[in-house]
Amino acid sequence: MTESLLALDNVWLALLLKVAAIVGFFLVAPLVIGYIEHKGLAHMQARLGPMEAAFHGIGQLPADGIKFIQKEDIIPANADKWVFSLAPGVALVPAMVILAVIPLGPGLWAEDLDTGVFFALAVSSVSVIGILMAAWSSASKYSLMGGIRAAAQLIAYELPLVLGAAAVVLQAGTMSLVGIVEAQNDFRILGVVPMWFVLPQALGFLLFFVASLAELSRPPFDMPIADSELIFGHMTEYTGLRYAFFMLAEYAGIVVLSALAVVLFLGGWYPLPGVGLPSFDVLFLPGEVVAALAGFAVTMGKIVALAFVMIWFRATFPRLREDQLQRISWLAFIPLAILNIVVVAVFKVVA
Amino acid sequence: MPATLPQIGLLKGLALTLKTMLKPATTAQYPHVKPALPPRSRGVIALMEENCTVCMLCARECPDWCIYIDSHKEVVPPKDEGARARTRNVLDRFAIDFALCMYCGICIEVCPFDALFWSPEFEYSTYSIRELTHEKEQLRAWMDTVPAPPELEVGAELPKEIADGLAAARKAAEQASAAVTAAADAAPAAAKEGAGPTATAVEEDIHVEVQIDQAVFDQLIAEGKTERVARAKAKAAYVRAEKARIRAERESGQ
Amino acid sequence: MTDTLLRPGSGMLPGGPGEGMLVEVRGEGELRTQDMNLNIGPQHPATHGVLRVVIDLDGEKIVRATPVIGYMHRGFEKLAEARDYRQIIALVNRHDWLSAFCNELGVALAVERMMELEVPDRAEWIRVLMAEWNRVLNHLMFVGSFGLELGAITPVFFAFREREDIQGLMESATGGRLHFTYTRVGGLKEDLPRGFLAASAKMTRNVRVRNSEYRDLLEGNEIFKARTRKVGILPPDVALDYGVSGPTLHATGIAEDARVTEPYCRYDKVNVHVPVGATGDSYDRFQILLARIDASLDIIDQVLDNIPPGPVNVKLPKIVKAPEGEIYVRTENPLGQGGYYLVSDGKKNPWRLKMRTPSFNNISAMSYLLKDQLLSDMIAILGSVFFVVGDVDR
Repeated sequence: MTESLLALDNVWLALLLKVAAIVGFFLVAPLVIGYIEHKGLAHMQARLGPMEAAFHGIGQLPADGIKFIQKEDIIPANADKWVFSLAPGVALVPAMVILAVIPLGPGLWAEDLDTGVFFALAVSSVSVIGILMAAWSSASKYSLMGGIRAAAQLIAYELPLVLGAAAVVLQAGTMSLVGIVEAQNDFRILGVVPMWFVLPQALGFLLFFVASLAELSRPPFDMPIADSELIFGHMTEYTGLRYAFFMLAEYAGIVVLSALAVVLFLGGWYPLPGVGLPSFDVLFLPGEVVAALAGFAVTMGKIVALAFVMIWFRATFPRLREDQLQRISWLAFIPLAILNIVVVAVFKVVA
Repeated sequence: MPATLPQIGLLKGLALTLKTMLKPATTAQYPHVKPALPPRSRGVIALMEENCTVCMLCARECPDWCIYIDSHKEVVPPKDEGARARTRNVLDRFAIDFALCMYCGICIEVCPFDALFWSPEFEYSTYSIRELTHEKEQLRAWMDTVPAPPELEVGAELPKEIADGLAAARKAAEQASAAVTAAADAAPAAAKEGAGPTATAVEEDIHVEVQIDQAVFDQLIAEGKTERVARAKAKAAYVRAEKARIRAERESGQ
Repeated sequence: MTDTLLRPGSGMLPGGPGEGMLVEVRGEGELRTQDMNLNIGPQHPATHGVLRVVIDLDGEKIVRATPVIGYMHRGFEKLAEARDYRQIIALVNRHDWLSAFCNELGVALAVERMMELEVPDRAEWIRVLMAEWNRVLNHLMFVGSFGLELGAITPVFFAFREREDIQGLMESATGGRLHFTYTRVGGLKEDLPRGFLAASAKMTRNVRVRNSEYRDLLEGNEIFKARTRKVGILPPDVALDYGVSGPTLHATGIAEDARVTEPYCRYDKVNVHVPVGATGDSYDRFQILLARIDASLDIIDQVLDNIPPGPVNVKLPKIVKAPEGEIYVRTENPLGQGGYYLVSDGKKNPWRLKMRTPSFNNISAMSYLLKDQLLSDMIAILGSVFFVVGDVDR
């Protein structure tokens, strides 16, 4: 199965449908993660979290969105207006673009690029430009410091992220994300026990996950927005819809990087190592669609599980210091990641 | 600190947050679930209007002067024929500005006639600061929410009212039993008990016609006091001196 | 690189945002950065209250830090000169809203010692009990907020969970949750309600159990250790020079505690454990805080065993007047040593009431502590040198 379900004869219709699907997913998935964060965080802190907006606060985030739309859109007097206005968009778009190559189920992808991993990682690093734009143009010292911290941090953690993914590419022998999922399904430890890459690549997975936390500025690596030091980093001066865009970008980032981790390490849409999806016809649904839906559910489940761990970390850990974070990256993570690649390469050649 | 691999401390924290998540939350959903407040809670001040004698102690003792009292004097016709008509204070306005009040409770403590009480009610926020000034009708309405005071902890002295009541009851019972059983035995005891009140009665018997002590008055005026103050003080000085004189006379007479 | 290329105002970004923060080039390729002047506060999430710290930053390093105080000055000492003693007690628990009872106690002790009053035994024991509960309340607050400042958002909710229970307990006796106003000159407002001592005993057990949660969550956490160890080290001699007291001083290894060295109320009858630290860094200060909670709970247990029956008040005239003279009373408030210098001319209000508040001295050491630290460490230091801004400014 290497064709997208939406590969129709009419190219333009297919394009339209793909864009609609991506935008729809892009708008809904972060809300799901956001809701889980609201409730999960609250219960970890012996609270209940939002309870008033609809059933158990399900409507809280849409309500927040409506509130943000109503708020006054303030641009500070000294701000560089154009850059200031554009920054949220620059931060937001990359997350959406990555979604185009991520397979969420069998046949559920917009484009299966041969260089999928490369594309995803390259695009994900564009969002730092949005953050830097916001930080610089706000004309606020706090924003500026937040932006500089963010830039330093993203550069430092881009490397372990890429190196972690590179090891997977090496093992799978392909850069296509769909190909990597299929390669995980075919992978056998010692040629017998079916297993995803998470086990042979345990170190790589750990590095990738921690680096993606840092990449997303999530606790314990949230120094760029450290609210007790820098108010809110690059978002300090933002209000209303622009601020909401930044928040959406953050949660979309969680979805995208979790999805990447799922695809690279956790077997994508396969429910268990070596177990396929049901593909028989159910009522009027053809087998292909049933498999796609089941695969989507499995992928979403894994994404939510990873996001939950991120939320769990947020509830538990204090924030590191910027220099400690840099030291961890350059002195521990990057050497380890390189070591990981070496080990994987040796095994690949030997096996 | 080059390598921070997840260590035991980090895992302990994770375990704790996970454990907390699986336990029910401790917060209460306030508007739906009302808090159970102890009877001593200082929520709002209630006024028992009937007990108020407009002595103004509360208004004077209030550290931030948030109690407003207006009153007028009313002449009450004498109960008996030929007796003097009495004047009494009638409360026109009693208002507490809860926007100013610091909930110290001094007004309640100084009230000599038990006209003010604490109530644990607290839900009286308004959209306008003016509505936070509660007039006497509203303060009277709070009276309905005043709970009974809690029992005191073991080992505490009984509250004055209960202690007095108990003592009086005991005394009455003793007297009653004494009267019934042995009148002769009870006589000396009764005489002893009677001695106290009579002694104080003598003290109160002294009556002095109020006059102004001119020497004191002049001196106070010279000191720069206002005429009103000087007159009051001079009167007080005269009464004190007269009383002392009469007392001394009586003692020497005895 | 030449001289003219990057000089501020030379056309790189004229009038743009951040002008004045720009790199200045002098001579051949020698870069000199300009210090950035940053106002932390008076409105800032980390300064809990309205403290303002003016810092000069070289990158993230603090070159100079000056705490600017006075944003919460409410003229308390002057106000006290126009209030009688009962009113002062209602006012005095408001400047340091986290140690309300201990503050009232100090004023009441000063007046009582002036009047040479013999306060009933039971009242003195209950005062110790309440003061220690107040200490636990205060320390829980700082345990929570310190975590919050370092980015751990959960401890503060846990701390408030316990605080809520203890506040409920104290409310049942005093009627207040924050401003207890329970002390009176000559004793207490009224006796405890029935069941208070039993509830206290139960609460000490609960809080002890919960205290271990903070140890799991913060004290043993490697990230927390990395953030606080060897950060903001306050040597004992410097601490003494600045007059730092309380847990901040104990962390430096000096066990100066008015409850031990100059016991008041019934602290001479109980065994007061004063935990001390070794290095005086932020981590030590946090540990001392947790240890002090345990120590206070121990004192509470001892009080519960010893509390005698009897009255809680002495009969006083309607208007309390301290005799002419002056007195200095010191008490161990949760944040440090509280001093009450009372001068009376025999009237119903004091002629002068000067308060020595621990927060003021603790914050004085801030310039010393913040110098050459990183901006992130500043937060760790601000959170661990315990102060309440109301207590600083009065």
